[in-house]
Amino acid sequence: MASNDRIAGLLSPYRVLDLTDELGFLCGKILGDLGADVVKVEPPGGDPARRLGPFYGNQPDPEKSLYWFGFNNNKRGITLNLESAKGRELFCRLAAKVDFIIESFTPGYLDSLNIGYPALSRLNPRLILTSITPFGQTGPYSRFKASDIEIMALSGCMSLTGDPDRAPLRVSFPQSYAWTGSYAAIGALTAHYYREQTGEGQQVDVSAQACLLWAFSHAHIFWDLNRHVEKRAGSFMTGRSITGAKMRVFWPCKDGYLNFIIYGGEAGRRTNQALVEWIDSQGMAPEFLKQKDWKAFDIARVTQEEIDRMEEPIGEFFKGVTKAEFFKEVVKRQMLGYPVASVKEIFEDPQHEARRFWQRIEHPELKASMDYPGGFAKFSEGACQIWRRAPLIGEHNEEIYGQEFGMSSAEIAELKKQGVI
Amino acid sequence: MESLKGVKIVEFAAFAAGPAVGKHLADHGATVVHIESKVRPDGFRAHYPPYKDNIHGLNRSGLFALCNNDKLDISLNLKAPKATELAKKIVSWSDVVIENFSPGTMARLGLDYENLTKVKPDLIMLSSSNLGQNGPHAHHAGFGSQLSSLAGFTHLTGYPGGSPQILYGPYIDYIAVAYGAVAILAALDYRRRTGRGNYIDAAQYETGLQYLAPILLDYKVNETLASRNANRDPHAAPHGAYACKGDDSWCAISVHSESEWQALRNAMGNPPWSADPRFASPAARKRNEDALDSHMSEWTRGFSARELMEKLQAAGVRAGVVNTMKDIYTDPQLAQRPQWIELEHPEIGKMHYQRPPFILGRTPPGPSKRDPLFAEHNEYFYRQLLGLSEQEYNRLVEEKVIY
Repeated sequence: MASNDRIAGLLSPYRVLDLTDELGFLCGKILGDLGADVVKVEPPGGDPARRLGPFYGNQPDPEKSLYWFGFNNNKRGITLNLESAKGRELFCRLAAKVDFIIESFTPGYLDSLNIGYPALSRLNPRLILTSITPFGQTGPYSRFKASDIEIMALSGCMSLTGDPDRAPLRVSFPQSYAWTGSYAAIGALTAHYYREQTGEGQQVDVSAQACLLWAFSHAHIFWDLNRHVEKRAGSFMTGRSITGAKMRVFWPCKDGYLNFIIYGGEAGRRTNQALVEWIDSQGMAPEFLKQKDWKAFDIARVTQEEIDRMEEPIGEFFKGVTKAEFFKEVVKRQMLGYPVASVKEIFEDPQHEARRFWQRIEHPELKASMDYPGGFAKFSEGACQIWRRAPLIGEHNEEIYGQEFGMSSAEIAELKKQGVI
Repeated sequence: MESLKGVKIVEFAAFAAGPAVGKHLADHGATVVHIESKVRPDGFRAHYPPYKDNIHGLNRSGLFALCNNDKLDISLNLKAPKATELAKKIVSWSDVVIENFSPGTMARLGLDYENLTKVKPDLIMLSSSNLGQNGPHAHHAGFGSQLSSLAGFTHLTGYPGGSPQILYGPYIDYIAVAYGAVAILAALDYRRRTGRGNYIDAAQYETGLQYLAPILLDYKVNETLASRNANRDPHAAPHGAYACKGDDSWCAISVHSESEWQALRNAMGNPPWSADPRFASPAARKRNEDALDSHMSEWTRGFSARELMEKLQAAGVRAGVVNTMKDIYTDPQLAQRPQWIELEHPEIGKMHYQRPPFILGRTPPGPSKRDPLFAEHNEYFYRQLLGLSEQEYNRLVEEKVIY
């Protein structure tokens, strides 16, 4: 797809330099999804995050990282060595002309090269510098190193996941980077709104630890209000009843697991009623369940004993149901609940087909095309989609340094020789 | 709280998926009006703990507080005959509408985008729903705690061979919240430049899948089915949460390179086991990870989690305490930002209101006001901001439209 197609996007007038590692990839991608011209700046030889798998054809190769493909599409790519004086000079030329810079270096690193926010804002007072780090620019942890699991630990998320008698867990595919990148995009665009009103740019200091407080929200509020510490409870949901009753969430079924929860509220009562009718239609509903007055059922006051009694026949019934049958019935009967889907079943869901969610993107260098998750939302004005695949290492050096900055081929060759690009 | 000053937002929304979007914008100074009614108060107020001191009450909900600081709260009974007309008047005052009813509900009320643009031609409207506004499953309503399973997240959480594990609450809702806020901010910029409004259809399902792009590709390309694998990571070993001194106390540690492994060995005092050829390379450590983990655990038990984190970080090794829901309120880093602002609430008492996860250097965010009581701003909003006469207002109250 030609890059100028993206003028149909909501943010097409804006240019972004993206200097992040995996912690910040999604921030730039989101701006790119909305049509911004995002340029990924990698050190010569490529971003170290290109070593992250999975890989196309299971072959570890910096040009075949599906992790890279997934989070760096909608970006062009250049290489630049910030540690050389010539590289910094080039960087400053770029920085003077862009609307956003996103970076995820250790706090103080850019300052040590004299290209931190104070220097950049003198060059470009309108600039929005979004700085994404595990813990923020200042404070006792600001120099701490962290990958996904340490962020999940320090934000409290892990304390809520896993069996009570085993180690706390993270999600097996890293989540904290995506949370951080997407919440950072709110910060960048909030600052952008202000900049467009006043002409003043600023630095946005994003903390991954703070972003992840939302991921497992709202468990912490139990402590703040009532000095009760919510903890990991395996496959059970806690905190919905003031009696402390816990509800089963995951139920073994014929071919995997189902997510079903005895809820309260209007939707919960409707669901419970519909489930009993379904069980009864198979002749498996005990009398007490059929007689239950769901209008009087109050989830906030239900006791563990009552929950256990209800869950027994429900569990027996689910053992004979497949995931696909369950999904069909919950949709038909307007019940709450879903199967525990794997990525395979996500691809099979007809909802995505109907909404044209998957987007096929060509990778000519691999002689392949791949179905990507498409735009994150549908807009009546301005498209939100994948406009281009992720860049190869230095793919747009000629285009950006040559055509857009007017450097000659000889100059570019010289910069390459000096290891600047 | 200067950044979004002047932006006017109306929420026909409840629980987290809609109101938390409004919260992020209110934190930066947008004027956000939360609409509910006695007939149907926000679900967080009505039946979703925690409530202060475990005593239920419309104004005692901690979750409502979390998602609604700095907002105005008004009541409007959308089921009353004259409600649609009044709702349109409110929309004509606003810039942005946020709604998270199940698809079709706003249309049934005569408040779909097409109708609303008749009173506000450049309206920006975000509809956040479970599965999207169209498609064979569009009308299936649901909660994030379960959608997180349909979207693959719980399949990826747990011990290998064991049951999936819950991600506490409506995990995926808060992903959609980030995308929803981004979408509104982008639409506001577009409107400023072009004069055109926008209708945004955000399916929480589709926003969630953004976070899983690489493993979706992995399945399509390599037919690899990603699954739960406890705390293991294909690129790092050791990689896990290790038990420390004290009751249920843990420290996460991960080693991603040879130099980090050497740093860890030094920090441990180069114990003889660490020189074993079974642990001599990243591939060897991955092969012998169970043995590696048991050696690690033996060592980590001698330290408190915090002591261990400090020691390892000082040595250049990634390490982090598994904070509990209590710990996060005293965590020195979060306290330093500071991540919460304590405000007084008439029924809850002192409550820690959550600040944005980013700090804007020039325009610091709120919260500055506690969440509103039910219908607290009826008179102020309807009379002063919307300009209803006293007579009109009283009549609408009497007719239980404002109710």
